[in-house]
Amino acid sequence: MADVALQPDSVGAAQPVRKRSGLKKALKRKSTAAFLMTLPLIILIALLVLYPAFYSLHLATLNKSMQRFVGLGNFEFLFKRDTFWLVVKQSCIFAITAVLFKALIGFIVAHFVHNIPAKGQRKWRGMLLVPWVIPPAMSTLAWLWLFDPSYSAFNYTLSFFGIGPIPWTGDADWARFSVILVNVWYGAPFFMIMYLASLKSVPEQLYEAAAIDGANWWQRIWYVTLPMMRNIIAITTLFSLIVTFANFDIVRILTAGGPLDHTHIFATWAFRIGIEGSDIPLGASVSLFMVPILAVAAIFILRDVNKRGNES
Amino acid sequence: MSRKKLTRRQFVAATAMSSAALISAPYVRGANAAGKLSIGFWDHWVPGANKASTDLVNEWAAKEKVEVSIDYIPSQGNKNLLTIAAEAQAKSGHDIFAMPTWWAHSNADQLENVADIMGPIIAENGEVNGTVKYLGMSENKWLGVPACVGSQIKGPCSRIDLMKKHAGIDVQAMYPAGSEPKADDWTLETFLKAAEACHKAGVPFGIGLGETTDNVDTAGAIFLSFGAQLVDAKGNLTVKTDAVRQALDFYKKLIGFLPPDVAAWDDASNNKWLVSGRGAMIMNPPSAWAVAKRDAPQVAEQCWTHGFPKGPKGRFAPYLPYFWSIWNFSKNKEAAKSLLVALSKPAAIEKMVNASGGYDLPAYEKLTTLKVWQEEGPPKGTLFHYPNPYKHQTLSIAASPAPPKIAQQIYAQATLTKMCLRYHQGEAMEKTLAWAEGECEGFMRS
Repeated sequence: MADVALQPDSVGAAQPVRKRSGLKKALKRKSTAAFLMTLPLIILIALLVLYPAFYSLHLATLNKSMQRFVGLGNFEFLFKRDTFWLVVKQSCIFAITAVLFKALIGFIVAHFVHNIPAKGQRKWRGMLLVPWVIPPAMSTLAWLWLFDPSYSAFNYTLSFFGIGPIPWTGDADWARFSVILVNVWYGAPFFMIMYLASLKSVPEQLYEAAAIDGANWWQRIWYVTLPMMRNIIAITTLFSLIVTFANFDIVRILTAGGPLDHTHIFATWAFRIGIEGSDIPLGASVSLFMVPILAVAAIFILRDVNKRGNES
Repeated sequence: MSRKKLTRRQFVAATAMSSAALISAPYVRGANAAGKLSIGFWDHWVPGANKASTDLVNEWAAKEKVEVSIDYIPSQGNKNLLTIAAEAQAKSGHDIFAMPTWWAHSNADQLENVADIMGPIIAENGEVNGTVKYLGMSENKWLGVPACVGSQIKGPCSRIDLMKKHAGIDVQAMYPAGSEPKADDWTLETFLKAAEACHKAGVPFGIGLGETTDNVDTAGAIFLSFGAQLVDAKGNLTVKTDAVRQALDFYKKLIGFLPPDVAAWDDASNNKWLVSGRGAMIMNPPSAWAVAKRDAPQVAEQCWTHGFPKGPKGRFAPYLPYFWSIWNFSKNKEAAKSLLVALSKPAAIEKMVNASGGYDLPAYEKLTTLKVWQEEGPPKGTLFHYPNPYKHQTLSIAASPAPPKIAQQIYAQATLTKMCLRYHQGEAMEKTLAWAEGECEGFMRS
């Protein structure tokens, strides 16, 4: 006879109560609540960042047809390619120049905005943030039309002054200038807003004390403003360096790496090799080459920030 | 506490009854009894062209009782290439995918062999051209069925008036609508002279030297016209040959007669060049003409699509086919094959070609004289020679006949146009060749 017992088993009912009280205590802990609240983000990052990162590490160790493990063979191959070193050089030029100008322009504009009376400041802040809030793929398209080889609006305007036509995207140097210019235009507002926030937190008494000591405008900037902003400058620079190194859309839309590969940066060249050339392992290797460069930059900058944090 | 008991007798009776019911039940063929099929088609730029494909697929699905879903995936921003890469990695996705040019070969290991259906299709529609075999076959395996949708020839599209006025060439007489081309004198030499004349007249030919496909395709056809190959069919390096030197010398002269900004041109630049009325010729499928028809009708009615000029080793034109391929992870391969057979019927092909206004090209030799190419205009007959009806030019793809996996790299990296630019910008010929040889060596890694 087959017996089917439908009654739930009552044995061991006492244990979950004990467990439940343990769980209750754990849930009451602040750290548990914090962990649970960040859990969705952790899962999201694990899915969208960690998994692809490890997967690309795995891909970078495979041969072209992705059937054989080649260890560091792809990197060995890349190190022998002239184009790769051209891309490394260009990525450094692109990122460092763009970040420098973004920081400089952001710093200057932040001072201007800081000195505007509070009433009108909001309006200016909003307007100056516009380049940063427009999706870069869209704004770069507008720039592409301004730089268009045959119908450039810039060249049209310059022609009234007897200048040009300038090969904005057709000549290696001009093309590099163009992609950096667009990147600076897009990224400077971010620096501006960060520096503005930092400027607002500098205590007014310090400037008053400096003025009593007879400090001029430059001395006030050098001895008061800059030291007070150092951490923000360092963090912003690091963040921007990472984002600029990994840039894709601006170069892809404006020049697609040309002419003669002279504007390719890591991401665009990785795309060219991996997706357009169907050599995904080599493309993954190119994109991973950014990691050590950025890691070194991050270590130096963050170490400096920590040091200053401890000093203060 | 309640307790239900099932006796052995009750259990046996219940089992017997359910078995009897299952066996004696009439077979009901549901609306989607033959399963599901998902398709990733190329998103056509011609308004309404997708509808023709949708209608054909739905008609087949209703007949075969298959539930179908179609995604139209654009090639803008390489969205289709990204989807192919993602599906190949995930081993999951659509059952059928429209693979452009090199992508059937680069995913050959993951594609179903369709040789069994290609035999009857070719028997019905006629032989396919050599480029279709080069891109669509790996040994004896067919990697996909040649799709007419999206397949194109990027031949010259000339301005009838400007060519007559400045170069003294009557393109309509050379390629008359309705009859064989009379283009024996249409050689690279004549082409160069015409380029010079049009340049002097301020309406230069719009041929790009950038890194996108239109630029690379033209360079590829001209290189092949000189017999210039960077890597031969066996995979040997053949960069440092006289044929390559001749092709580079030709291009150096040609670049002198092109607009000064061609190094920065992309696939839209030549279209804009024609539509704006600034140039006498571009190398493009009739999409530029179609845009002109809408935006600049006075330009469109002076456009004539025709064949490439002949070089020392023949007359070559760039041909870029699409393939409808079946992933080997597809769960409904038989249905997929049945659909591809239905889409390859002459009537279906004609419907799709008509919907594209004659832009799409079937790969089969019996289907190059459809009515649409005779009637499209203005001017009437402007597309007559677009599908190469008299086979007077060899349809080719840049970087062929190198083994496709190497050729794809040469193509994607735009090695040909880069060579031309380097040499034009003053680099010594041997230095340019050495650079190209180094690049090709790198492309050979397995």
